[in-house]
Order: sequence, then structure tokens, then C-alpha cells
Amino acid sequence: MTVPALRHERTFVERLYLPEIVKGLYITLRHALKNLFEQDLPTIEYPDVRKPMPERYKGAHRLTTRPDGKVKCVACMCCAQVCPAKCITIQAGEDPNDPIEKYPVEFQIDMLRCIYCGYCVEACPKDAIRMDTGIYEINAFTRQDMVHNKAYMTDLMDGHKPLAETFYRQQAGSAPKGYDTDEQRVLPVDGSRGL
Amino acid sequence: MDIPWVELIVALLKCVFSLAFVMQVVPILIWAERKVSAYIQDRTGPNRAHIGGIRAAGLVHTLVDVVKLIVKEDIIPSHVEKRYWFAAPVVAMSVALTTFTVVPWGDALTLPASVTALWGGEGPLSVPLQVAQINGGMLFILAIGSLGVYGVMLAGWASNNKFSLLGGLRASAQMVSYELAMGLAVVTMFMLYGTARLDEIAAQQAGPIWNWGVFGVLDNPGLDPLVLVGWIVGGLAFLLFWTSVFAETNRMPFDLPEGEAELVAGYHIEYSSLRFALFFMAEYAHMVVGSAVTATLFFGGYNIPFLDGQAIRENTDIILAVLGFGGVPASIVFAVIAWRRRNRPFYKALPADDIRHREPRFWLAVWSLSALAALGLGVVGLSGLVGGTALGPELVAFALQTGSLFLKVLFGTFFMIWIRWTIPRFRYDQLMDLGWRTMLPVAIGTVMLAGVWVIVREAVQAA
Repeated sequence: MTVPALRHERTFVERLYLPEIVKGLYITLRHALKNLFEQDLPTIEYPDVRKPMPERYKGAHRLTTRPDGKVKCVACMCCAQVCPAKCITIQAGEDPNDPIEKYPVEFQIDMLRCIYCGYCVEACPKDAIRMDTGIYEINAFTRQDMVHNKAYMTDLMDGHKPLAETFYRQQAGSAPKGYDTDEQRVLPVDGSRGL
Repeated sequence: MDIPWVELIVALLKCVFSLAFVMQVVPILIWAERKVSAYIQDRTGPNRAHIGGIRAAGLVHTLVDVVKLIVKEDIIPSHVEKRYWFAAPVVAMSVALTTFTVVPWGDALTLPASVTALWGGEGPLSVPLQVAQINGGMLFILAIGSLGVYGVMLAGWASNNKFSLLGGLRASAQMVSYELAMGLAVVTMFMLYGTARLDEIAAQQAGPIWNWGVFGVLDNPGLDPLVLVGWIVGGLAFLLFWTSVFAETNRMPFDLPEGEAELVAGYHIEYSSLRFALFFMAEYAHMVVGSAVTATLFFGGYNIPFLDGQAIRENTDIILAVLGFGGVPASIVFAVIAWRRRNRPFYKALPADDIRHREPRFWLAVWSLSALAALGLGVVGLSGLVGGTALGPELVAFALQTGSLFLKVLFGTFFMIWIRWTIPRFRYDQLMDLGWRTMLPVAIGTVMLAGVWVIVREAVQAA
């Protein structure tokens, strides 16, 4: 079936062409002058100015703490179980002062695998993990820096949290086990790290 | 042999000045192209490069561009016809610059005897402010201007590349189509002015604004309704000429030679580094020259409306005082605007130690200095020290008239940029259609109407 194209029959004034050009010029000049004098552009000058993220934006994860500073997490493995990307690794341990609940000795999320679905937050019975930090700049030069660990996720640093690679190298003892501080920032092209 | 050293040096200085006139506008235009297009499309445009924290609304990007183009690798593809390939950008650039030599940027600058005595001259020396005073000045522009397409054609052919070749082909076909209408528009103006010398053309447009070419070159219009004929002739000739200038400079509605949608980049696809920069600058130099010629033919050239060269020389002090005391409040307004900009959300969001916090203070200082300079100019005007000297009024007239041409050129080029970001590109057949079936008949009609007007004009002026 062929559909005939809708053709607008041009009037005499439109065929003169010049009045239409003047109309177009008026529109563009209006925009230019408005933007010149009001300087009220929708552009956000990103690295300098940042858009406030909405409250329910799913950013990087954090681990919530109890009043005494310990993490709320009881290492029940619900989040690791429900995670569709299998990016959560928890190593459970026992606290001799607390015979009832377990606690996570280490809690790592591989942000390269995370799909930000938020199931871990929903599955948690203790409200121990949240994605309400509003952090969306999750990047690094090495794979090991893309793993967020317990120390990094617990420490909020008043909203001025550095990237994981900076955090791990500056805060002594915060890096995950086996973290290689000498690793080059750019991976070698021959794949010699057995990736 | 007696070598006329003074004339040689004066000619050299004029060459340097006209070169500088064109070349200083080019970076401004590149900046304006970016900023105007950004504002038309509701974007911010260039605003990140800075020198010591001063971003100057993106002007620094132009500087950075120059550095980039100089430093970049100059790739010479192995498959090009080397000799012509090297020549093409040089041809494009030199032709664009040559055209400006016949455009006058002021009436004669008369050096008084006290100055010429410095090198043993006798009596005052009158220096015409135009590099080459050719009898057929406008014909020279037509001749050299059409040579511009040779750069494009050479590049298209020598690149040995299908896209380039198509671009070159389109450029030459377009040139042939639009040169006719342009030539006829110029013929119309010849008939009205009775001369092809650009300095005489500019001189005829001195005085009131209705002496301008677009109004049919009429000394004393009166209230005769026949004046409308002159307006129609001038207006039509201007429209035809201006449209052809767009085609000649390969600007937007007619930039088929580099139509990136179908030809990637057209004729300059194989060029990189400074060779590409030459093509790029040649395009903008063409814009400047095209605007300058249009201003000279239709908008009074270097003349300021209602203020001819004689009036400037007689009222130098008053003009200086008005300019100076008018410049003071203007500078203060700009200073206030610059200082208020520190409250913008952008500066609030910057960390306290960011170098760009200097900006409002810098511009406050600049505009305050400008206000002081304007005040000084006004005081000089009031004191009446300049008007009494022999050289002073000449220099003031030179500065004002060149500035007037400069402003007209800036407006013309702004109009080109404005058009570029408003109108979409023509299709090739539409372009040919417009050139041959619309503009050519209109141009012929305009020439005939101009013949009528030249006769009627005498009757109107006699009345």
C-alpha cells in the first residue's frame, strides 16, 4: 500500500522565499538576544556546577552504621544471594562481644559488575545497605579500584568522598586485601595481568 | 636613479594595514561563529579555556586553536598531485587577501608640511587610504574574486579523492551560476554611480544616509514618489549582490562544496594542520572582503551617515568630546555588569581557590580603565587642542572612517553567521534553479529598471 506524501501547497508569499527567511532570522535572533542578555541557559557547567541528584537516585552504595559506629550489616547474605550480577562478596565473622549476630569482616561490591538494580537494598532485613549517596562518578584506571570495600562504603566523608583509588591509597589500612598499590594506572595492552 | 622611497614606504605601510585589517577580523569571526551559533541554539558555546583564569567569553579558544593547528602533524597523503595540492591553499588565501587591496578604508589622509619635512618632502602629502587605485576597481574585484574558486578546484582535483573532486566540481558550477547575477548587480551600480573606481563610489555616498547605494544614489530626494524607484533598484541590486556573495564565499545556504552530510568535508578533506588552517582562514577572509565590498557598494563604505570627511575635520573637537563623554557612562555600565556577574551561580559553585574567581575583578579593572580613557578623550576634545593642529583632524578622520568601515564589516559578517545558523542548505538542483531561473532574470530586470532610474533621477534632482 502506498501512502501519498502530505504536501503543503505553498502560498505566493512563501514562494517569494524572502519573507520566510526573515521569519527564520527573527526566530534565531530572538533566541540569540535572549540568551545573550539573560544568560539563563539550561546548560549546567558540569565539573564546576553540579545538578542536585533526586532523593531516590540510585548511586554508589553505602553501608549504614549503628550509633556505636559498627555497621548494621549482620552478614545474612541476603543481598549477595539476590544480586543478579553476583557482584557482592561478603566474608562473615563472629564478634566475641556479641554472641548473637554475625558481622561482615569484609564486604566488597565489584562496581564493574553491579547493574544498579537496587535489589540488595530491598533484600536487606537490617536497612544496612543503601544507594542514597548520589555519587555517580564511579571510575578508575584499574580493575582493583573499581571494587568498593567495607571501609570505603562506610565512610561518607560529608559528601566529599574521593574516588576509590584515592581513598585506598590515602587512608592507611583501608584498601582491600591483596590491593596492589604499585599497580600502573593504565593497564598494559598485552593483557599480561591474566585478565 | 631616483628611487621614490617615501612612496614605496607609504605603499608598504598601506599593504600591511590592509592585511592586518582582514587578518584581525578572522579570529574574531571564528569566535563569533561559535558563540552566535551557540546562543542561537540555546547552548553556552566555548567557555573553558582560560589564560590566568580569564576566559574572555571563549576568545581564548581561538588562540588555542591557532596553537593546535600549528603544532599538529602535517599529513601529506601519498596519492595527491603534490605540486597543485601544495598550491591550492596558498591560492585560496592569497586571492582572498588580494581582493581587499582596492577597497578604500577612508578618504585621503593629508600629511601636513610639518610632517613631510621630516624626510625632506616639500609641501603637504595626500595619501589615499586604499592600496591600489585602479580605474576598474570593481572589475578587479570581480576578476580576482572569481579566482578564489581556483583554490577550491585545485584542492578538489589534486587531492585525488572522489569527495574532494565532487566538492571542487560543485564549487565551480556554483561560481559560474552566481557570477552572472553578481556581475549584473554590479553593472546596475556602475550605471547609478557612473564609475567603477571604488574610491569614487565611496566618495559619492558621503553625507546623508540617503546617499547610500541601496537608496539608488540620489543627492537630494525631496518628497517625489519616484524616489521609490531608486530604492527598488538599489534594494534589488543589493539583494542579488549579497546572495551572490554568499555563494561566492561558500557560506551556508550555498556551502555545497563542503556539504559534510554527503561529501564528508568536500575539497579540503585531505588537508591537515596549517594547510587546513589556510583554507579555513581563507573562508573567513572571503567573508570579510565580501562584507567590505558590499559595504562600499551599497552602505556608504567608510562614510559615517550625515558626517562626511569635511565635517569630521571641521568639528574634530566636538566629536572627540561627544565620543569621550559618551564612552564614560557606557564603560561604567559595562563595569557594573562585569562586577555583578560575580554573583552568578557558576562562581558560587567554584571552590574558593579557583583561579577563575579573578574574572569579575579583571573585567571591572578593564572597564574602569576604559572609562578613564574615555574621560581623557573627552577632556582632550573640550580643551580644543587637537582641532587646531594640522595633523590631528586628519588622524581623527582616518580613525573614525576606518572604524566605520570596520563596524559595517563586522555587521555584514555577523549577518552571514546569523544566516548560516538559520537557513538549511540548498539541494544542488535548487541551487542551480535559484541561480539561473530566479536570480538571473531578476538581475536583467534590475539592470533595465536601473536604466529607467538613471533618466528619471535627473528629472527628480532637477525638480
